[in-house]
Amino acid sequence: MKILVPIKRVVDYNVRVKVKSDGSGVETEGVKMSINPFDEIALEEALRIKEAGNAEEVIVCSIGNKDCQQQLRTGLAMGADRAIHVVTDGSVQPLAAARVLLKLIEKEGPEIVFLGKQAIDDDNSQTGQMLAALWDRPQATFASKVELSDGKATVTREVDAGLETLEVDLPAVLTSDLRLNEPRFVKLPDIMKAKRKPLDEIALDELDVEAAARLELTAYEPPPKRSGGRILESARELVDELKNKGLL
Amino acid sequence: MARVLIIAQHEDGALNPATAKTLSGALGLGIDDIDIAVFAESAAGVAQQASRLQGASRVLAIEHADFAHLTAARLAPEIKALAGDYTHILGPSTTFGRDLMPRAAALIGVGQVSDVQEVIDSHTFKRPIYAGNAIVTVKAPEGQTVVATVRSASYSAAVEGDSPCEIESREAAATDPGHTRYINLETGGGDGPDLQTADRVVSGGRAMGSAEGFDVIYSFAKKLGAAVGASRAAVDAGYVPNELQVGQTGKIIAPELYFAIGISGAIQHLTGIKDAGTIVAINKDAEAPIFEIADFGLVGDLFEIVPELEKLI
Repeated sequence: MKILVPIKRVVDYNVRVKVKSDGSGVETEGVKMSINPFDEIALEEALRIKEAGNAEEVIVCSIGNKDCQQQLRTGLAMGADRAIHVVTDGSVQPLAAARVLLKLIEKEGPEIVFLGKQAIDDDNSQTGQMLAALWDRPQATFASKVELSDGKATVTREVDAGLETLEVDLPAVLTSDLRLNEPRFVKLPDIMKAKRKPLDEIALDELDVEAAARLELTAYEPPPKRSGGRILESARELVDELKNKGLL
Repeated sequence: MARVLIIAQHEDGALNPATAKTLSGALGLGIDDIDIAVFAESAAGVAQQASRLQGASRVLAIEHADFAHLTAARLAPEIKALAGDYTHILGPSTTFGRDLMPRAAALIGVGQVSDVQEVIDSHTFKRPIYAGNAIVTVKAPEGQTVVATVRSASYSAAVEGDSPCEIESREAAATDPGHTRYINLETGGGDGPDLQTADRVVSGGRAMGSAEGFDVIYSFAKKLGAAVGASRAAVDAGYVPNELQVGQTGKIIAPELYFAIGISGAIQHLTGIKDAGTIVAINKDAEAPIFEIADFGLVGDLFEIVPELEKLI
C-alpha cells in the first residue's frame, strides 16, 4: 500500500503575519517558511502506518515554485521514501490543487491520501474534501485517531459536538487534526540521507489539469484591533463594572 | 434569477443555531429568494423550525433513512442535484459545513469561499486568513454558482417570526455510495449551555494546573449560567476534553461575556474570541498578552479571585 501526503509550504506558525502597507498581500519577504503543521502531522501518521507494517511506501508531494523543495526535503528527512514536486510559479487554489492531486493519484495509485485539515496561511480547509469528491472516494476529515484493518480505516474525527467515528473503505482521503500525533524531530543524519532520496519534478502544464475559474483576492487588510481595556483593582470592582454594562 | 440555498445543520431533531446565523449572512447578499434545505431521516420538526426563520422563502424537506447520520459523502451529491436551481449555496462554517461544503463545491466544479465574515455584494466577501491576522476580500467569478461557508461568530442568528414560510417535500436524488459508515458520536457530556452558542463563556487555561483545578471554572460557570471553554494548552495537558477548546483550531465563539482565566492569550486562542462582546481576563502575570485585548483585567491568583467573584455574583 502506498500513502500519498501532499504538503504545503507556508509561513511558519510562530511568525506573526503582517499585512503589507499597500494592502496587496501579507509580508513574506525574509519570513521563516515551514511545512504546514497539519500536513506534518499527516506525514507523521503516514510514517507510523508504514512503520507498523501497514504500508510499503510514503510519497510526499507539493505544488509550487522551486522553494517548496525545501519542505519536500524535510519530508524526506522525516522518513518519506520519495517526493514529487509539481512545479508552477502561480498560486494554486484548493480546487486546482485537488485536480492536480487527482492526476498524481492516477499515476501512483495510493490507498490513502493523507492531508492536513487546513493550511495555516489561507485557512480554507477545502483541498482534502474536494479531492475526495473528484476521486469519488470516502473522506474522513479532522482525524484524531486512525486505525486500519482489512481495507478499511476507522477514523475518529474532532467535530464540534465531540468525537465522531466513521468507518471508510480504502482508498480514501484522510485529513489530520491537531491531536492525531506529535511529529518527530528530524535528525542531522536523516537530513543527509534525504538528499539522496528521489525527488521528481513534473511541470504543472504536463499534467493537463482542467483550468478552474479562480477566486480573485482583491485586497488585504489587518483585522480591526480590539483596544485593551483597564486593569481593575478588585473582584468587587469587576462585578460593579459588569453590572453597569448590564452584563450581570 | 438569483436564488440562495442554505444547507441546514441539525442535531437530535433541533435546528443548530449556526443555520440561523448562515441565514443572517445570506440576507446581506441582497437576494430575496432564500431556501433552506433540511436533509433528515424525519424532517418535520427541523423543517418547521427553519420555516419560522425570518428571511427564509421556502424550506425543502428531504427525507431518507440514509440521513439518520449526515455524512459529506452521502450529502454532497444531493446538494449537487439541487444546485442547478440556485446561484448561491451556503453552509455554516462549523465542522459539519467545513466537511461537507467543499465536497459539494468540487462536484459542482467551483471553488469555495470559506468563513465569510462580511458580505460586500452578491459575489464579494471578506474572510479571515492567517488565523485572523489578516482579512482578505474575495471575489467569486460571475456566471457560476457561489459556494460559501458563513462564519457563525460573525453573525447573530436570524430571528423567528409568526408567519412561517412554506415547506416543500422533495425526494432524495442520490444513493448511498456505500463506502462511508457512521459508527458513533461521543460527547463529553456536561449539562451546561452549548459552548458554540452560549451568551456567557468561562474558559480556563494551563494555569488551572490540573483537571481538579478546573473545578473552580465549572463552579463559577454554573453560577453564571455560562458554558465552559479552555485554551489549547489546557486541552493538551489533558485537563478537559478537546471539544472545549476555543481558538483557531478549536471553536470560534462570540459570546456577550467571556472570561479568560489563567489564559496567557496566544494568538491562536485570541482568534477564537475576538468577536466576543466583553472580555474579562484574570491572570497572575500582568504582562500576559490577554490583557492587551481584554476589556477588564484582574491581576492575581485566580484560585482566590474566581471563588470571590462567584460569591459576589
